Amino acid sequence: MKLKYFAWVRERIGKPEETIEPPPGVTTVEELIVWLVARGETYAHAFEKPRVIRAAIDHAHVKQDAAIAGAREIAFFPPMTGG
Amino acid sequence: MTDNITVRIQETDFDIAREIAGLTAERSDIGAVVSFTGVCRGSEEGSAIAALTLEHYPGMAEAEIARHAETAMSRWPLFGIRVVHRVGRITPGENIVLVVTASKHRQAAFEAAEFMMDYLKANAPFWKRVEAAGGTKWIEARDHDDAAAARWTKS
Repeated sequence: MKLKYFAWVRERIGKPEETIEPPPGVTTVEELIVWLVARGETYAHAFEKPRVIRAAIDHAHVKQDAAIAGAREIAFFPPMTGG
Repeated sequence: MTDNITVRIQETDFDIAREIAGLTAERSDIGAVVSFTGVCRGSEEGSAIAALTLEHYPGMAEAEIARHAETAMSRWPLFGIRVVHRVGRITPGENIVLVVTASKHRQAAFEAAEFMMDYLKANAPFWKRVEAAGGTKWIEARDHDDAAAARWTKS
């Protein structure tokens, strides 16, 4: 699946997107964050306050307990400040 | 009533009169047009700023705004909604966002415009970064924007 990062999440991780293949035990957005954090310091920095991070699956907002099965694109970003 | 929804995200400025004309052209049933324009302030939390830079999530931003415009169209008797949101570098005094709503009477047009703006502030995937003399920083989301968006949720 493709991951996309925006605003300071993108800056902290150091890339706008990547393609990943999480192990079968990773089934929710919350578990995906835990798995990403274990990948390195840049991820740990981006997700240091995981409850602050918003997520979207295939362009729709989701809560962190959402299942990721079948997702094509998952995005992580800070609370939005548009308008 | 056919859905007359236009959503655009662009780097260039918009012409408010032209956007209103685009929504109301060739119609004689519209009695009220409300437009809201968000403008870049010259200061943020009391400090002067040089510019804002807006980032968005291409694809999701357009889809989310259109989805909420459809919600507004079903909730109020509207003839149309137009939303233009700029991205990229915007300097103080420049336009950031435009919402135009058209209805037979003013109440629906006012309420729907406010609904769209409250939604955009809290839930549309855009992020603002401030450029000032001391460097750059991301603007933090405000709780009152979430509260403003939440008041439209039907219980």
